Amino acid sequence: MHSVVAAFAAAWIIHIVYLFTLASRQRELRRALNAVTTQRDVR
Amino acid sequence: MEAKRLTPATGPRPTSNWIVLWGSLTLLLLLVGLYLALLWAPEEATMGIYQRIFYYHVPAAITAFVAFFINLVASVVYLLRRSRIADAWAVASAEVGVVFLTINLITGPIWAKPIWGIWWTWDARLTLDLVLWVMYVSYLLLRQLTPRGELQPRLAAALACFFFVDVPINYMAIRWWHTQHPQPVIFGGPGSGLAPPMYVALAICWMAFMALGYVLLRLRIEQEMDRHALDDAQRALLLEDVGG
Repeated sequence: MHSVVAAFAAAWIIHIVYLFTLASRQRELRRALNAVTTQRDVR
Repeated sequence: MEAKRLTPATGPRPTSNWIVLWGSLTLLLLLVGLYLALLWAPEEATMGIYQRIFYYHVPAAITAFVAFFINLVASVVYLLRRSRIADAWAVASAEVGVVFLTINLITGPIWAKPIWGIWWTWDARLTLDLVLWVMYVSYLLLRQLTPRGELQPRLAAALACFFFVDVPINYMAIRWWHTQHPQPVIFGGPGSGLAPPMYVALAICWMAFMALGYVLLRLRIEQEMDRHALDDAQRALLLEDVGG
């Protein structure tokens, strides 16, 4: 029983961690894009 | 100097609604799949409850193989046309493929320990699976650690064509050689197969993983295109600085 729970939990955890990694990378990218856009608009 | 319009970094995105819709459908499929795999599908005669790991182990492998096939097609298209979107598809599919193959490689030993008495053995299927994971992780490392430019995606695309060779060999390994890993139950010839409710649980879990794979792929492709937009914007700023 423990093995089954561990296997299913591992799959869900990997998916969730990857989703959060994607979201965090996306936030950083958009912040950098905003900074560049603002810099150009100021000029 | 007059400000020029760049790629919008804020505000609603055209694909936002689509992602919410697909995300909800995927979550629903994942929850239904979980219920079918853990509670609804009948218990297998020899392996008992441990066989239920099959409903995540196999769909994870198939989804990874599909992702690597997309990576191959996108890499060939990139080599022929040098298109940015093809390169974005290639890197996104490799990353999503590695995520699903990792699930396959983790659930496998968890299943093997109570059934075989060992976590791992170096038989053809398991070894080829691990080699496949190492190859696509090295592909992602190459993309991460080398400078972005013309050469990096070309080199990655060429490598991807070689790496994919492992996928059909991996798939056929349990048909060609005697392995500790069980012989195929799907398309395995006479005597193989599953009870109909087991097929239903497997199909729903597979659909859920494919839907999730598609959502992750789309999100990662968008991210890659944003990265290109950022590179372009930074290059334009640099050129303005140089030009005075």
